[in-house]
Amino acid sequence: MPELGKYAAEVLTAYGASIVLMTVLVLASIRAARKARKELEAAEARRDDR
Amino acid sequence: MIALLTRDLKLATRAGGGFGLGLAFFLIVVILVPFSVGPESGLLSDIAPGVLWLGALLACLLSLDRILALDWEDGTLDLVATSPLPLEGVVTIKALAHWLTTGLPMVIAAPLFGLLLNLPQPGYFWLVLSLAIGTPALSVVGTFGAALTVGLKRGGLLLSLLVLPLYVPTLIFGAELARRGADGQATTTPLLMLAGITFGVIALLPFASALVLRVNLR
Amino acid sequence: MASIWEYANPVKFSKTASAVLPWVTVLAAVTLATGLVWGFFFTPDDFRQGSTVKIIYIHVPAAMMAINIWAMMLVTSLIWLIRRHHVSVLAAKGAASVGVVMTLIALITGAVWGQPMWGTWWVWDPRLTSFLILFLFYLGYLALWEAIDDPDTAADLTSVLCIVGSVFAILSRYAVNFWNQGLHQGASVMRAGAVTGTDTEEKVSNVFFYPLLLCMIGFVLLFVALVFLRTRTEIHKRRTSALLARERLS
Repeated sequence: MPELGKYAAEVLTAYGASIVLMTVLVLASIRAARKARKELEAAEARRDDR
Repeated sequence: MIALLTRDLKLATRAGGGFGLGLAFFLIVVILVPFSVGPESGLLSDIAPGVLWLGALLACLLSLDRILALDWEDGTLDLVATSPLPLEGVVTIKALAHWLTTGLPMVIAAPLFGLLLNLPQPGYFWLVLSLAIGTPALSVVGTFGAALTVGLKRGGLLLSLLVLPLYVPTLIFGAELARRGADGQATTTPLLMLAGITFGVIALLPFASALVLRVNLR
Repeated sequence: MASIWEYANPVKFSKTASAVLPWVTVLAAVTLATGLVWGFFFTPDDFRQGSTVKIIYIHVPAAMMAINIWAMMLVTSLIWLIRRHHVSVLAAKGAASVGVVMTLIALITGAVWGQPMWGTWWVWDPRLTSFLILFLFYLGYLALWEAIDDPDTAADLTSVLCIVGSVFAILSRYAVNFWNQGLHQGASVMRAGAVTGTDTEEKVSNVFFYPLLLCMIGFVLLFVALVFLRTRTEIHKRRTSALLARERLS
């Protein structure tokens, strides 16, 4: 850890909040992508069965 | 077009048409402000121009979904759209009718409400002028918002969210003009900017409103 | 060189996106991690601002992305309205969610930074105010997408909103500047003199600049990866609903 001095709380809050927000965004995107792909594959499989 | 305008005005002024609702809301805001910030007359006269502008803007926002929603529900809008009248003209008339029923009464009533808030003497002229120039922009922008959300079941909240940031420039310059007028400062820049925004909006936004209305009627 | 419009074909776009996505993702992760670690661990403190300068490595790139993403949405919305390419408008939709998060990050880090430096979380400074307005624009845009069922209607309406909103966003920027002069320093990163070191006033020195540049590139790459991913997601969703509609008919 670098020496953050008296502003440690602020710097860590800023980094923490940003990283959390970005992680949420990335995970949400990946999850939506997986779900969309699965549903599409299911729909395509049903079409091919017929 | 004149027929459409008179029809809209008649509908609005009839009982239950919502005429006066905006004005009443404006009055409520103005009356409640002294209760919430305290009766000190110096403070009130400082914030009077801003409060009056804010009241006018909120009252305007309140009445926006009436511009097109009723005509949408009873199918009038489809009829008007198939008539030879250009849709750009229709939305302009709608905005004009909205301004005549909400904006204009507020402009006329504003000096009276200014008295309640202890508005400084030189401020009255500038307050009325800024509202007279600024409120048409509020009506036109509001019509655009109403055209965007007309097909939605509960578009009221969304309409407010969409229109809110679009109102910011008008509010800033309008309130600034009224404030500077009340303080006796130079008023040329905000006056020109406010007038510029209003005229620009009146000239261009009806095309966007007509475009989205056409999409919604598809 | 193939025409760029070929990528307007959803299938072609999906294929390219799938091929490119892993590379961009890895590249984004590497640049972003390097930039942030470099900035966080290996840069000195500013003699006036102490360790709070480290916030710059997130704050500035996020703010830059917040504005540029809206500009990108403006372009793709125009392309949709003029040439009716579905991929274009879906990219705008995918970008908006990234944009709203970037704006939020810029606002939060700005507030956390402003607290020790200016002694307040929030001031009605022109830049802060503009970002708040931009945040409202993003929210309105996304809310409109969510509210409308028919995808083409939603695409048309949000595109028009994006274009009208852009005009008003610029107007607001000037209005807000006029309204309050503010505490924020002027643009100090991308000013030519500041980079070459010829102007001495409020420049960001090279010690801070290189990791910052890396972070900016990292944010851009992250954005590109997310837009590819989200656009492909939207394309998949569209195709699923088309298939479902056909199932119901048959």
